[in-house]
Amino acid sequence: MALNTWLPLIVVATSLFAALGIFLLREERHTLRSAFNLSAAAIKLGLVIWMAIGVLDQVRYETRYTLIDGVSFILRADPLGIMFAGLSSVLWLFTTIYAIGYLENAPNRSRFFGFFSLCVASTVGIALAGNLFTFFLFYELLTLSTYPLVVHRGTAKSLRAGKIYLAYTLGGGAVLLLGVAALHTLVGDVEFSAGAGLRVLDPALHPMLVVIFVMLIMGLGVKAALLPLHGWLPTAMVAPAPVSALLHAVAVVKAGAFGIVRVVYDVFGIEFAWQLGLLAPLAVLASATILYGSLRALAQTDLKRRLAYSTVSQVSYIVLGTALFGPVGTVGGLVHLLHQGLMKITLFFCAGNYAETLGVHRIDELDGAGRRMPATSVAFTLGAFGMIGVPPLAGFVTKWYLGIGALQAGMEWVVAVLVLSSVLNAAYFLPVLHRIWFRPQRAPWPDEHFHAHRDTHPWLLLPTLATAAMSLAAGVLAGMPFSPLYWAEVVVHQSYLP
Amino acid sequence: MSSALFYAWVGVVLCGLGLFGFILHRHLMRRLLAFNIMGSGSFMILVGLAQDGRGADPVPQALVLTGIVVAVASTALALVILRRWYRVSGESRLPEDV
Amino acid sequence: MSVALPLPWLIVVPLGGAMASFLVPERWRVRLGLAVLPVMWLVTLAVLGDLAAHGVQVHALGGWSAPLGITLLADGLALGMVALTTLVFSLCAVHAASHAAEKGHNGEIGFLWPLLWFLVAALNSIWLSADIFNLYVGLELLGLTAVGLVALTGSAEALAAAMRYLLAALLGSLCYLLGVALLYAAGGSLALGDLGTIAGSGATARVALALMTLGLILKTALFPLHAWLPPAHGGALAPVSALLSALVVKASLYILIRLWLALDPDVATAAAANLLGALGAGAVLWGGWMAWRQTKLKYLVAYSTVAQIGYLFLFFPLVTGTSTIAGGLAWDGTLLMLISHALAKAGMFLAAGNLVLAMGSPLIADLSGISRFRPLSLFSFGLAGVSLMGLPPSGGFTAKWLLLQSALHSGQWWWVVVLIVGGLLSAAYVFKVLRHSFVEGPKRDHFNSPPMAMELAALALAAAGMGVGLAAQSPLTWMRIGSPFGVGG
Repeated sequence: MALNTWLPLIVVATSLFAALGIFLLREERHTLRSAFNLSAAAIKLGLVIWMAIGVLDQVRYETRYTLIDGVSFILRADPLGIMFAGLSSVLWLFTTIYAIGYLENAPNRSRFFGFFSLCVASTVGIALAGNLFTFFLFYELLTLSTYPLVVHRGTAKSLRAGKIYLAYTLGGGAVLLLGVAALHTLVGDVEFSAGAGLRVLDPALHPMLVVIFVMLIMGLGVKAALLPLHGWLPTAMVAPAPVSALLHAVAVVKAGAFGIVRVVYDVFGIEFAWQLGLLAPLAVLASATILYGSLRALAQTDLKRRLAYSTVSQVSYIVLGTALFGPVGTVGGLVHLLHQGLMKITLFFCAGNYAETLGVHRIDELDGAGRRMPATSVAFTLGAFGMIGVPPLAGFVTKWYLGIGALQAGMEWVVAVLVLSSVLNAAYFLPVLHRIWFRPQRAPWPDEHFHAHRDTHPWLLLPTLATAAMSLAAGVLAGMPFSPLYWAEVVVHQSYLP
Repeated sequence: MSSALFYAWVGVVLCGLGLFGFILHRHLMRRLLAFNIMGSGSFMILVGLAQDGRGADPVPQALVLTGIVVAVASTALALVILRRWYRVSGESRLPEDV
Repeated sequence: MSVALPLPWLIVVPLGGAMASFLVPERWRVRLGLAVLPVMWLVTLAVLGDLAAHGVQVHALGGWSAPLGITLLADGLALGMVALTTLVFSLCAVHAASHAAEKGHNGEIGFLWPLLWFLVAALNSIWLSADIFNLYVGLELLGLTAVGLVALTGSAEALAAAMRYLLAALLGSLCYLLGVALLYAAGGSLALGDLGTIAGSGATARVALALMTLGLILKTALFPLHAWLPPAHGGALAPVSALLSALVVKASLYILIRLWLALDPDVATAAAANLLGALGAGAVLWGGWMAWRQTKLKYLVAYSTVAQIGYLFLFFPLVTGTSTIAGGLAWDGTLLMLISHALAKAGMFLAAGNLVLAMGSPLIADLSGISRFRPLSLFSFGLAGVSLMGLPPSGGFTAKWLLLQSALHSGQWWWVVVLIVGGLLSAAYVFKVLRHSFVEGPKRDHFNSPPMAMELAALALAAAGMGVGLAAQSPLTWMRIGSPFGVGG
């Protein structure tokens, strides 16, 4: 039993210690650092799986510590948290492998991997946070630990991107802090408990709660890249590929989306949020972001920027699912948390592979890339089809559940948004696929490397293929135990349908 | 007006004069002198006001003795720094006042 | 009143250290200093043990009680400050000692150690004094020592800064002394504990409080009376700057807090408290803005002190005329802010000193490329910066959280705005430094390397500033002992 009270903390601490160890290692100890990094990632994944199994058996894992009177530091493994923690630790392992390959011979690797581990520690902290205060703690730590990754290259462009990133995230953090503090004043320590503390408040305070909700969503919306607050995401693309992959697939944007899920379900409670009339505006905002992101993605000529706008659009599916009042819509939103992570990280790995192997950054340079790099291109195709929502891939499962959920919630217009968005997704992904597979190579590759390899360096290729296979499996095997869909249903059953 | 209160009022006047000089003058030596005048003024207030109507009181006397020691030490330190500053920069005012 | 009582030793040991250090040849001063440090720790721990075992201690020096004698009062607040002083001073001393071992001595720098010990004696006497005149003597001793430390390098810049500092300090003490004179005339007692009952609520007490407050905020460098601080703190040696920013400016604030809590609420009115809060808000905004505009690293850190002092002055509006809950939160928040700022700012000044030493230039723009060569010092700087920005998980954050709660509880939302905007401003200047150090400009590889102990001292302070955020409960519980906000002692 004693172990169960420490396990959530240990899971967070694994990557924290990894970070510490990596900072202490000297720059040139590459092999030792890689070994250290990978074993920490593997241990963390093992622990999260252990807790996942326990959570299914209703075992309680909780670390609790009184920080100051009335404020506790709580880490707790509930199904929703484990879902996000699992995603982060799986993708951390793959991204670490990828990054080791990607940064071979690059300077400042110690700094990079140190902050990388810190970033994962904060993400898992966000996942396991048991109250709003602890969530905020790790949410801000994430901002701090990603900044050095965004500016990693040290060029004028990346420093500018870092400035924009900070302006957005610290501003959002300030608004979030205001919301958290205000809520704390009203109800005391805000534990995640399906709105139990808020429902009983005096109805005269309801307008105040609406204001607080708006502040919380604004603060979280910055990282989730909701519509007017998405500006940092495309500029942050200057970061190295593994960082973009991690920022866009797991850590940052998902932290925001996950926070919105927590606020709606666990702070306000979905029913109470619905009674306050907060869900419909949120759904409209999410839909607007979905369409806007897709439209902007169409206009991009740079591959990574197109993927970035695609992220803007896709993350809002999660928010949309959250805003649909009903279990099916919830399942759709939650499952997309995992699906989008797997698919988007695959796509970013592929973009990194093209850039590293061929020196290709723009979409019109991709002509004929399928012949030179078939495996990467297959992975890219899987990811893109998944995003469009071609059955039976992962994206289809999401859209199916979201559609049904929308009908149940009585928001028929959402179906139209989903259809329109799928059309737009197709419109910006299919031409890329066409270039890759069906156009002949036009000119010599801008900057070719790894001539000896048929595709690209195995450290780059293997994680790409693994995540692509997982995103395929998530769709095809959606009905099997431990699939993302299965887990999303567990979350809904255990937490929201008592 | 008792003589004690009279001393206190003289102290107030001295303090005012000292403050006036401290703010008005730029030359560091003059400012230091002004400060000393202020100090003497406040000592007179301290002794005078406390003894007004209550007769002789040893406590303020002891305080003022301590205060004088402190003032002498401060003045000495200020003079040392002033001399150094004059030797290094050739100025007798602070840089922003030159 | 036996000699075994450790309380006076908190002042006697550093005073003795100062004298001895002054008398021995220069080459022994560092070793002597390091030898006295463990004694300081022993006495500090003994006093803390006494507090834990017997509660608040009162000690009349030489058996002479007030009003003629000098009384020492050791409540939670006082001993919290004593412990903080010992901790910060030890690490600054390690920094100074390893710097001396690297460089050897030249000229007046030899006086560093006697002055440092005098500084500790002055600080401890202020923390422990229970009467307003003894506080005056402590303030003067502190001011003169601090001025001496600023002037130590002997450069024109340092001398001008010291002169300016001295003038401000002298004017401040005189204002304070006039206040003491008025209060004594009104009440016939100097003991802090009697002020509330004896001084009453007359006009004399108000004028006295106004004069003392004016003198003390001048010494604390509260906006707009802060002009003397940046050159003094920005120009001194790194460990001196660290001690000045971490502890010395806090001493006058400490007296102010004691005074306000001792005096009747009719004297320390809400309007006056709001004025102090408004000046604090001005300090937060102006100091943050000026820090962001600096081109010299240490001046940036010094202006950051101006800004952070502002947060501490929000204490006055938050405790005056508000509910017990809001007042208690403000007390906790202010003390935690004070502690975490002391640790973080000392760490930041030491780290900045290391960076300046490594660069061989005081300019922020020359930091380019340093993240590769002096990562540890830069990391310490960043860590301290996190606390100053008030981002979690740091002492600065927990303190800010408490102040936010206090402001929301008392319905004074405008201070919330100040806290939030101040945090964003400090992020702007801290990240300005980090941004420059991440620039991969023209390859430069002739950075000097300061000794490891100097980097570790900075890291330890910055890490303590972080850690106090996660372990805030016990120091805050300790510091409530004997305070008006004590919860069951």
